[in-house]
Amino acid sequence: MKRWRTGLPLLILVLVAWWMLGVVHGDGPKGSALGGLWIALAAWVLLLWFVLDTLARQQGGRATQMLAPALFGLALIYLWELLVVGWQVPKVLLPAPHAVGQALVSRWEVLWPDFRQTAVAVLAGYAVGCGAGLLVALAADRFGLLKRGLLPLANLAGAVPIVGIAPIMVMWFGFDWPSKAAVAAIVTFFPMLVNTLAGLAATDAMQRDLMRTYAAGHGATLMKLRLPSALPFVFNALKINSTLALISAIVAEFFGSPIVGLGFRISAEVARMNVDVVWAAIALSALAGSMFYGVIATVERAFTFWHSSYRS
Amino acid sequence: MSEPVRRAAPVALVVAALLLVWYAMAVWLNAPQVIERLDGFGAPWGARELVAATWSMERPVLPAPHQVALNWWQSVFDADIDSPRSLVFHAGVTLSATVLGFVLGMLLGVLIAIGVVYNRVLDRGLLPWIIASQTIPILAIAPMVVVVLGSLGYPPLMSKAVISMYLCFFPVAIGMVKGLRSPDVLQLDLMRTWSANGPQILAKLRLPAAVPFLFASAKVAIATSLIGAIVGELPTGAQAGLGARLLSGSYFGQTIQIWSALLMASLLGVGLVAAVALVERLVARAMGARA
Repeated sequence: MKRWRTGLPLLILVLVAWWMLGVVHGDGPKGSALGGLWIALAAWVLLLWFVLDTLARQQGGRATQMLAPALFGLALIYLWELLVVGWQVPKVLLPAPHAVGQALVSRWEVLWPDFRQTAVAVLAGYAVGCGAGLLVALAADRFGLLKRGLLPLANLAGAVPIVGIAPIMVMWFGFDWPSKAAVAAIVTFFPMLVNTLAGLAATDAMQRDLMRTYAAGHGATLMKLRLPSALPFVFNALKINSTLALISAIVAEFFGSPIVGLGFRISAEVARMNVDVVWAAIALSALAGSMFYGVIATVERAFTFWHSSYRS
Repeated sequence: MSEPVRRAAPVALVVAALLLVWYAMAVWLNAPQVIERLDGFGAPWGARELVAATWSMERPVLPAPHQVALNWWQSVFDADIDSPRSLVFHAGVTLSATVLGFVLGMLLGVLIAIGVVYNRVLDRGLLPWIIASQTIPILAIAPMVVVVLGSLGYPPLMSKAVISMYLCFFPVAIGMVKGLRSPDVLQLDLMRTWSANGPQILAKLRLPAAVPFLFASAKVAIATSLIGAIVGELPTGAQAGLGARLLSGSYFGQTIQIWSALLMASLLGVGLVAAVALVERLVARAMGARA
């Protein structure tokens, strides 16, 4: 690999990007009057594509593999900034990334309590919903009748917009976080139930026969064979649910909440047309959502390192 | 016992148990209010009066199932179809946004998948971001999309469909990438020996191979599309749609109305998934799959 073949274009990319950013943010003309700049931008995009293509061709470790997506993401944010500022897109329609960043910093005192309020609801609901789903799945696995009765209903629940239960939960549990936690718990329950049941069924007859030759009972077979082999499915549900819990808690806050919480902030600031604060709240929840997902994925790696998807 | 009975019996049993629990819960949750009212009358009352009253309140904490069913029946069959009292009207509004968003999301998802399969930069650069985009609570943008597009003069149908499209495209894109890549090397080599070019391989091998994956994703996508449309109806103060019905029910404490809207939404969701499954079966038969 010749480093300068990507290094040099990358340097040019950054320098031109810096120059274009300066022009766009300056006091000069905007929009179509910036003719030369848009031609330069087209050339910049072509060069970017070339660099991305070179990066995508490279074989290498995890760090090298991360380069192309990282550059792609940065370029997307950069293009967003450049186009929004250059064409003077109204802030209500789409605020520039720098405006979102500013809102995130300047309204941090408001956004942080919002985040904490929602996070408590999400974590509580997530824990209860996933825990209950797992326990019910274990019970249903033990009693075949329950399983045959529950599984079709749980599959049906996938087609149902469960989050609509939010107004009822708000009536039952009040405006504060327990009602949001209740919605998150109900929404996360079914994916966990379905996935765990699928996971518990994932062992093959040979393995179960082997356990029988060891004279292992239901409990021992469960602990030593079937639960471990169900783990990838359980973690799959945990990952799906991490986003689901966050979304449902935020949506539940649209139905009534104390004057704090990310969902409340979003709906309140939309009404005031403070779109940059809305985007800041979304950026914050996206960041939290990705971190939540990342933590679970890391734990998954530690617990299911034996699974074929990690051994390739 | 015959096969359908053997399969339906446990489900019926669980449903019956759930209904029993529901009725019991209705008594338990509504009892405090009812007791207060019965005491107010001064007349003596027993368990029979208590239970009867908890199952027939006008604004119960938890309505009994038959109350929900009755309200649903009345607002579906007894109300004029184009009056705002009719659930069919609201369901129709939500359904149009759901289907439009679903179609747009399918198109976007398939296009992205073809791009990802045929272009290395998109594969390495875009695909990780598509996956990461799912950790973003996109639904949180729903109120903003509706308000912003509404202030620009777009009809609510369009903005709801945009939200649904956003939610839809992901399962379709991921499923189609898997599906388009599902032909093995032997099949691809065979196409090459026939000197098939890129578009031909796409049309004659990759796309047909991806059809089962497409339908599996479509079933997930149409359910999320419905959720998107319903949530999109929440913030507008919209007058029409199942989401608006939920919201107005929660404003005015009309619990029975909320539950019957929920019932309608559930039926709509199940119906839509069943419709996709039916199309899947027809397409599979047309493509020569063995039943």
